[in-house]
Amino acid sequence: MSSSTYTSALELAAGLVILCAVVTLWRRSLSAIVKALAVQGMALGAVALVLGLRQHDDVLIIVGCLVIVAKGAAIPTLLGRVLANDRLSRETAPLVNVPASLVGAGALTFLAYGATRPVVALVSTTAGRLIPLGFATLLIGFFSMVVRRKAASQIVGLLLVDNGIALVAFLATAGVPLLVELGASLDVLLVVVVLRVLAVRLWSKFAVLDLDQLRELHD
Amino acid sequence: MLAIVILFIPLIAGAASAAVTWRRGVGWICTGALACVLIGGVVLATQVVRKPAITAWGGVLRVDALSAFMVIVIGAIGLLATWQSIRYLDAEITSGHCSRRHATLYAVLVQGFISTMLLAVLAGNVGVMWVGVEATTIITTFLVGHRQTRGALEASWKYIIICSVGIALAFLGTVLVYLAALHAGPGIHATLDWTSLMSVSHHLNPGVMRLAMALLVLGYGTKVGLAPMHSWLPDAHSQAPAPVSALMSGVLLTVAFYALLRFKAIADGALGVTFPRALFVTVGLLSLVIAASLLLSQHDYKRMLAYHSVEHMGLIALGAAAGTPLAMAAVLLHILGHGLAKGVLFLASGEILLVEGTTEIDQIKALLARRPALGGIFAFGLVALLGLPPFSLFVSELNMARAEVRVGLGWVTAISLVCMAVIFGAVMSHGRHMLFGARADAEPVHRTPSIVSVPLVGALVGCAALGVLAWPLDSLLRAAAQVIAR
Repeated sequence: MSSSTYTSALELAAGLVILCAVVTLWRRSLSAIVKALAVQGMALGAVALVLGLRQHDDVLIIVGCLVIVAKGAAIPTLLGRVLANDRLSRETAPLVNVPASLVGAGALTFLAYGATRPVVALVSTTAGRLIPLGFATLLIGFFSMVVRRKAASQIVGLLLVDNGIALVAFLATAGVPLLVELGASLDVLLVVVVLRVLAVRLWSKFAVLDLDQLRELHD
Repeated sequence: MLAIVILFIPLIAGAASAAVTWRRGVGWICTGALACVLIGGVVLATQVVRKPAITAWGGVLRVDALSAFMVIVIGAIGLLATWQSIRYLDAEITSGHCSRRHATLYAVLVQGFISTMLLAVLAGNVGVMWVGVEATTIITTFLVGHRQTRGALEASWKYIIICSVGIALAFLGTVLVYLAALHAGPGIHATLDWTSLMSVSHHLNPGVMRLAMALLVLGYGTKVGLAPMHSWLPDAHSQAPAPVSALMSGVLLTVAFYALLRFKAIADGALGVTFPRALFVTVGLLSLVIAASLLLSQHDYKRMLAYHSVEHMGLIALGAAAGTPLAMAAVLLHILGHGLAKGVLFLASGEILLVEGTTEIDQIKALLARRPALGGIFAFGLVALLGLPPFSLFVSELNMARAEVRVGLGWVTAISLVCMAVIFGAVMSHGRHMLFGARADAEPVHRTPSIVSVPLVGALVGCAALGVLAWPLDSLLRAAAQVIAR
């Protein structure tokens, strides 16, 4: 792969990751949000693939394929099943409206660039320059967990946090050792399965959809 | 070799209990498995104290004095909790709250939970350690929700959401430490092995390590229950079945803290003591203040115990901030003492809930007169937890305070003493309400079954013995503190 193809492919894939994060804030229909997450998962896998091809690292290529399968297909499918119940499928009353959320996302991206200066200074490669995008995705995920109230939206926020971290891991270190990488990816899959089970139980037993309805426990 | 055996004991016991439906015999097998873990931990400790660490599986597992000590903590409190699980499941099945199949699931999950904690403390690699801590979250979510009530499901939802974010941040912190190791200098082969990270710690980039350490304290701190990420803790600990609360509060919190201690040792090398100390002091003091202010207004005794855990985690964070060998030995003793005392109290509170049918402090009166054995255990448990002699928490709190003053953190000790005084008053007034008073004439004196009283009294006696005699653990504590102290 030539140097310029590599640079533009990596920038495109990493840019797509954060773009999808912004789309999840912009759209309110949860099925559109899940599609954005699927695209994000594939872009994340593409980042690993591009890095793997560039460095002739077979392990990283395999990890990239696994990420595409897990985060681009399996997790969005599972999440889509939660939303099969259509009363769950629309974020009706976020605490912050869409324009304000988008401004928030911009501010968080600045914050990410500020916070990661020492990291970027240490890794002076094409990949290293893109690390702040991973942090920005993470912060947008946090933000969306705080301002959105549907159970499904919180899962989406958690996945954004996780994808942001995975992006940082790929760009900064070309992947931590395989064992840990697999542990981390498998973990998200399991967490989503568990959350799905819980959401279904809460809905079927107690008709709880909004987290605002979770008010049993407090001080 | 022994480390591998210890890791597999709970897995085998779990598989055995999955093979047959729940009955008392299965419960005794599970309890026996934990007794084996405890014995194994003691044997491991004799093998590594004052000797080099043992590794297995090509460095994936590594046992030094600190790991061996944590195995003992897990074994001791795990033994108590699995023993009481027999009582819990019997009662749930008799009352029809829980089917035998559900009871089997519970037994399997508890063994899985214990083996993931063992993996976390036996791992020689900080990545594998992370996988172990993360796996505890997934398994315990089902245990917190085991009673299937609305409150229990709500608590498990909050628990897994908040802890998953926390553990994700801890992963990011681990990645950044790895990044710093990759750029530590020419000729250094970067791995996630703790020993190799320790050996290059002086060459790690300080800017990256600062960011990494902040993320690790925030991330693992969530699992430890340190403020400001503690909000899942009172819900999860009050809704989980009593033996699970005992395990989560008594050991799981400190297993996550163990991970922080390992990273603190690396950060101390890379950054000097000042920055990690500032982080630990901040979260420690914040936890103490929050625990003190929220304990005052508690009306639920299980939540009271849960906030008490936030307080104790704050105390050990302050002890770790001091970081001297004396402070670390005291921190470790406190980890064991708190585990035993909190385990006893949660198990006793499970029995109180079972016989009284409420978790409201207001509705329970005259426990000492009506149920002398149970009331007595609860009373002595509170005395132990409040740090009064002869229990070991008194010794460890005293030594942590001494160590803090010696490194110039006297003002921190002063603030923590004020918080502890407030907590002391609050818990005493809640406890007095539950324990004292006269029994109505018509009501008989209730007996407490020996399956409850024998293990709990045993644990209290153990906790007191540790406070009076330093002998059984002294050399192990010193050796373990040496691993991480500066």
